[in-house]
Amino acid sequence: MRSEIRIAGTGGQGVILASIVLAEAAGVHENRKVVQTQSSGPEARGGASKADVIISDEPILFPKCRLLDVLVCLSQQAVEEYMSDLKVRGTAIIDSFHVRECPRENALCLELSQTARKELGRELFTNIVTLGALARVTGVVKLESLQKSIANRVPAHTVELNQKALRAGWNLEAIARTASSTPTA
Amino acid sequence: MPQLLSGNEACAIGALRAGVRFFAGYPITPSTEIAEYFARELPRLGGTYIQMEDEIGSICCMNGATAAGLKAMTATSGPGFSLMQEGIGYSIMAELPCIIVNVMRGGPATGTPTRSSQGDLMQARHGTHGDHPIIALCPWSVRECFDLTVEAVDVSERLRLPVILLMDEVVGHMRETVELPLRVETWKPSNPRRPKEEYFHYGDETNYDSDIASFGEGFRVHLTGLVHRKDGLPTNDPETIRWNMDRLRRKVDDNASWLWDLTYEDLGAETVIVCYGSSARSATEAKNLYQRKTGRSVGIIRLRMVWPFPQQRMVSLLRSARRVIVPEMNMGQMNRSVERAVSPDVPVISVQRYDGEMLTPGEIVDAIGREVPSARPLPEEDLHPGFSIADDEEF
Repeated sequence: MRSEIRIAGTGGQGVILASIVLAEAAGVHENRKVVQTQSSGPEARGGASKADVIISDEPILFPKCRLLDVLVCLSQQAVEEYMSDLKVRGTAIIDSFHVRECPRENALCLELSQTARKELGRELFTNIVTLGALARVTGVVKLESLQKSIANRVPAHTVELNQKALRAGWNLEAIARTASSTPTA
Repeated sequence: MPQLLSGNEACAIGALRAGVRFFAGYPITPSTEIAEYFARELPRLGGTYIQMEDEIGSICCMNGATAAGLKAMTATSGPGFSLMQEGIGYSIMAELPCIIVNVMRGGPATGTPTRSSQGDLMQARHGTHGDHPIIALCPWSVRECFDLTVEAVDVSERLRLPVILLMDEVVGHMRETVELPLRVETWKPSNPRRPKEEYFHYGDETNYDSDIASFGEGFRVHLTGLVHRKDGLPTNDPETIRWNMDRLRRKVDDNASWLWDLTYEDLGAETVIVCYGSSARSATEAKNLYQRKTGRSVGIIRLRMVWPFPQQRMVSLLRSARRVIVPEMNMGQMNRSVERAVSPDVPVISVQRYDGEMLTPGEIVDAIGREVPSARPLPEEDLHPGFSIADDEEF
């Protein structure tokens, strides 16, 4: 099985860190083949930013995503730029606050940044909330694997908050209604 | 346990495990993570990290550390690589083993800092002035960033020459899971066995595997960028100049057969792809796709060492090729060298991309499938317009 996943948003939202955590969860903790690449503008924050993760059981040669199985959009610009790369039956996850309109009817519109603000007190945690939601919706990686890789990748004093953010994303009500698997966290 | 690492991190780890203990540099995208890694780890290992005022200072500082006996490295990208060219010439002339990493981005000038390119291939070969040997390695994966950095240290120490590691933004920033060996073997120069009076810093005819003294060990060591005699002092004597230049050239020429580093597959096929660096990933996938689609096999040669170009080796590997495809993230640089390795009736097709994006496997598959004229078109013979033999006969 091969999954091409893109997380896109604005520089500063943590999309690259989210992609690294996801790649490490699948590659190191589940022993799958992974490649993570990223693309950003020359500015430190504010420009468009995207990260690609390919998870596969076969060796991965070309490292960039071509036809997406999963697309996460944390900004309107990301929707406009990348929605056409998503497979017809692919999963689109969009942030309800930053994305005003989305051409895909079946896109999953989730309160990602709002949950970060409400439950963690800072929008900074949107990226990890997103990962929790992504894992729950797609089943591409286990929650425990993400927990392990968060412990390794985020600054030590924020591990606990990030774990909380992950669970908040996993437990989002909108997904719980649609998800077939039962929550374990 | 495997780790998730970027190419830049793997390069820095490879250097540390190969014994590099000195880094002088000026951080620049997309090579910054190499400097960051060294800044964090070198002090713990008793090494030295120094951030210089610019890239000219960086390479000179590194050359100094090398002269004093340390294994040293610097890392940069296009604009910094341009500034370093004079210093690279100095490393060659003074025979200082060191590693210069260039994580390529789009140029010229500031270009596209966060986008990828293979546009510095020729600069790596001819960037510094004067006739000179050069060695450049080109990894295609995170694991190879580690392996080729170790190889770079080994080769540079053996030949007492700088080695350039040509990475690119994709390979430098890409993350893959790898399991890296904790111990690596590299060649270590021995201290001079001769008495001090008989030691000549440049006395060895080949300077291959030679014993060598560092500054401060009591041997007479005189370093200069001027052409020098055996003892390191400058000279204008034509015979000595020729001896010195020939000796520098022989370092690479005489060792070419073990230096050359390439992989190949299915060379019996009519079409052969010649590739290097991250575009080799697209090329290999294109080969697989094309074979699956058409049932026809495609040959592939991937150069891990791009300079010296393995001329004789390529001539023999490409002997049965009827068509050669060279995909590159530039406006066509290696294709010229490949043209010189095949007979003129074998077309060499340059597949180029220079918009900051990687070549896709699809673009290369298209090039494999495309019909091309069987011979390179020759220029029409109108060297002297208006001049003909008939006119000439009047005289």
